[in-house]
Amino acid sequence: MLEHDIKTLKNKIFLNIYCPHCQNSLNVADKGKNLLVYKAIYKGEEIQLKLGAYLDNYETETSVPIESGEVLDDLLCPKCNQSLVDNGNHCVECESPVARVTVSAQSRLIPFFYCLKSGCQWHGLSKADERKLKPKVPRQKMPEQDKDLRTHNFQEVPYGYTGELALLEATRCLQCKKPLCVDGCPVNVDIPAFIALVAEEKFDEAAKKIKETNVLPAICGRVCPQESQCEKKCIVGVKDEPVAIGRLERFVADYERNMGLVKVPNIKENLGQKIAVVGSGPAGLTVAADMRSLGYGVTILEASHVTGGVLTYGIPEFRLPKAIVQFEINYLKELGCRFELNHVVGPLTSIEELRQEFDAVFIGVGAGLPVFMNIEGEALGYVYSANEYLTRINLMKAYLFPEYDTPMPRGDKVVVIGGGNVAMDCARNAIRTGSKEVTIVYRRSRNELPARLEEVHHAEEEGIQFRLLTNPIRYIGNSQSRVTALECIKMELGEPDSSGRKRPIPIEGSNFIVECDMAIVAIGTSSNPIIFKTTPDLERNKWGYINVNPETNETSIPLVYAGGDIVTGSATVIEAMGAGRIAARDMHKKLSEIRNKK
Amino acid sequence: MFPIVNKQTMAKGTIVRFDISAPKIARKVKAGQFVIIRVHEKGERIPLTVAEADAFIGTITIIFQVVGKTTALMRSLNEGDMIQDVVGPLGKPAETHNHGTVVMVGGGTGVAILYHVTKAMKEAGNKVIGIIGAREQNMLILEEEMRVLCDELFITTDDGSYGMKGFVTDPLRTLLTERKDINLVYAIGPIIMMKNVCKLTKEFNMRTMVSLNPVMIDGTGMCGGCRVSIDGKTKFCCVDGPDFDGHTVDFDELEKRNSLYLKDEKDSLLFSVH
Repeated sequence: MLEHDIKTLKNKIFLNIYCPHCQNSLNVADKGKNLLVYKAIYKGEEIQLKLGAYLDNYETETSVPIESGEVLDDLLCPKCNQSLVDNGNHCVECESPVARVTVSAQSRLIPFFYCLKSGCQWHGLSKADERKLKPKVPRQKMPEQDKDLRTHNFQEVPYGYTGELALLEATRCLQCKKPLCVDGCPVNVDIPAFIALVAEEKFDEAAKKIKETNVLPAICGRVCPQESQCEKKCIVGVKDEPVAIGRLERFVADYERNMGLVKVPNIKENLGQKIAVVGSGPAGLTVAADMRSLGYGVTILEASHVTGGVLTYGIPEFRLPKAIVQFEINYLKELGCRFELNHVVGPLTSIEELRQEFDAVFIGVGAGLPVFMNIEGEALGYVYSANEYLTRINLMKAYLFPEYDTPMPRGDKVVVIGGGNVAMDCARNAIRTGSKEVTIVYRRSRNELPARLEEVHHAEEEGIQFRLLTNPIRYIGNSQSRVTALECIKMELGEPDSSGRKRPIPIEGSNFIVECDMAIVAIGTSSNPIIFKTTPDLERNKWGYINVNPETNETSIPLVYAGGDIVTGSATVIEAMGAGRIAARDMHKKLSEIRNKK
Repeated sequence: MFPIVNKQTMAKGTIVRFDISAPKIARKVKAGQFVIIRVHEKGERIPLTVAEADAFIGTITIIFQVVGKTTALMRSLNEGDMIQDVVGPLGKPAETHNHGTVVMVGGGTGVAILYHVTKAMKEAGNKVIGIIGAREQNMLILEEEMRVLCDELFITTDDGSYGMKGFVTDPLRTLLTERKDINLVYAIGPIIMMKNVCKLTKEFNMRTMVSLNPVMIDGTGMCGGCRVSIDGKTKFCCVDGPDFDGHTVDFDELEKRNSLYLKDEKDSLLFSVH
């Protein structure tokens, strides 16, 4: 028996309605008026039928007048043209035929009925059917480039959500009153609020909601490790897979950009104070955006000939298209931030000189010095640091050699040493530039791989081999000093060490040879000393990273702040942004005090 | 963009001198430091040691030998043309305090850098003995400038067309044998020259500084491409150098690393011809 069950849904103002056949959203049919437009058959003729998209505003409108009491012959989905009439059910009011669509609410797909008789206002759900048929909306996958295709190009692997997929995924959010996901985000994006806007199909507003707290959503949606941040805390994730927050973030940011909806606010530089930001990576960009938005003059000093820091030279094109990075940076330019390229702070301008010229300084130079293992043969030809390998490709566009002048390192058998995201990036780059065999050598087991699971999956799909519990002990070269093999030793896992991971212990006598003609060392980076040579009084810890007050991110020099990898050592893009946000907040506070005293 | 304000060719057109307007760098650069240059949007980044700087006019001088695609392209540029990127000053300055008596040894284009360091050595109060060499007379550069700076100057050519016939190590050996007042030898030139100078000075246990020129990309310590073995330890030439104690440098390794891209260089040149 059919029942009125609309009350349980009334707190949702707007419902997402889908065709039960093609799963396409019908909401987008007539956006301006919030009407769903169907094709209807009336007396054998095709007419248009519009239904109010709001549930408490169930009004019909047809292109031809229909007399009260008349019943439509048929109702068709405007997308797939299939009949929506459900022959198994009838209207509870008048026993007329009904059309069935699918609505999503409370992260479920629910069948929903309209009576086809003109004048009959019945619409409702069958509770029995709901129980029987309510399939949970699963976490929506992102469509992605086929693995055989993508290993031959540098285009991005996932295509991103379509509007339909985003709408479906957004319905999975429970809109928690005390959202834990927000706590999981280093910059505390109001996640439920933006997802609610996605569910209402207000993609543009959703993007703007994120931008209140995160200036780089298109980038974060792609490279944040959501599985260990916001999505890790998602309540849906307790029993099911968590809401795909990152994918939704990426979708709305892309939507806003692709539809040309990005608006640059006109903010005057009226405070009379200016700041310098050293480094144009994620930490620096966040400080720049925050401070510029408050009305400060902002100058960003970048040592390279391209802005973006690690976003540009480190993360490969197929994971983060450079056009997106430059679009976001262009936004900052239009906001009024000044960028100075080729400016190496330290040798060219010291921190002290910056302090004289600017009211405050932020240091976000990253941790760029590559670490080597200091084993025999490391100086052989075609042994690269991950930094050099990626810089050649990403920054210098060596994959377009000889059109671009920087030579491309290539090998048939490539070994990548390390198990982090950077190692995966190198391996996947090698596959894309024609290497026949790419192997990752990592000293712990698969469970300890520091790379994101998604990246490991992608790497495996692309045919990259993993030699786990293996550690290189020396490189072997030929007479031309080119690497030809790697001598490795097998490892086993012992007790957990200070990092909480099981300590790898070499198994004596288990040495073996891995042949290769190129090796890439991706075992991490450390602090670059270049900036400190002219600023010896800047306090640093034993690893060479800058000491800051964690509450404010101020360094030992007043009004000189620091954040990102140069404080924490290698970490994530969003953590660097979080650090920048803390610094900007305190910078604003202290500069305001100085301003008000004058 | 950095304009070329003065161009001069030397040594039968194989060595070119540019004065580039880069006021900020000109104010800061010290002898022995280098800049990274990227000529155009698709260009590679190459390190070039600054041969002179004029803080007042705001220019830096680079002197380079035409060896590959980028330097060939640079030779074709003229006064008024722009260089896309000039980054610096990079690397540690040379140790140019008063050592006492120093022997400054330079070969080929290395004389250009030697000149800058020699000038600083002289200004620091050192007694300066110069030895400069080239393949033949036409290839010798900066002779007049060096003559003004040096208390004594020796010139060698491989073919004997000018000065003494032989290599820079010949007068150096004589000096080290006969003179006891020498405190430091400073050598800049082709790797093979620096290697031989160091071999010689090692015999006399004479401290020798060399300026290395490995392949580099960013020049700021990021890529590790410029790594050199110093006393068996890996050092980055761009941040730990370019000057090192010559007796600790693994020159053979450096030579091999520097020849890694010779084939690519040819391919790149061929591409630009087509």
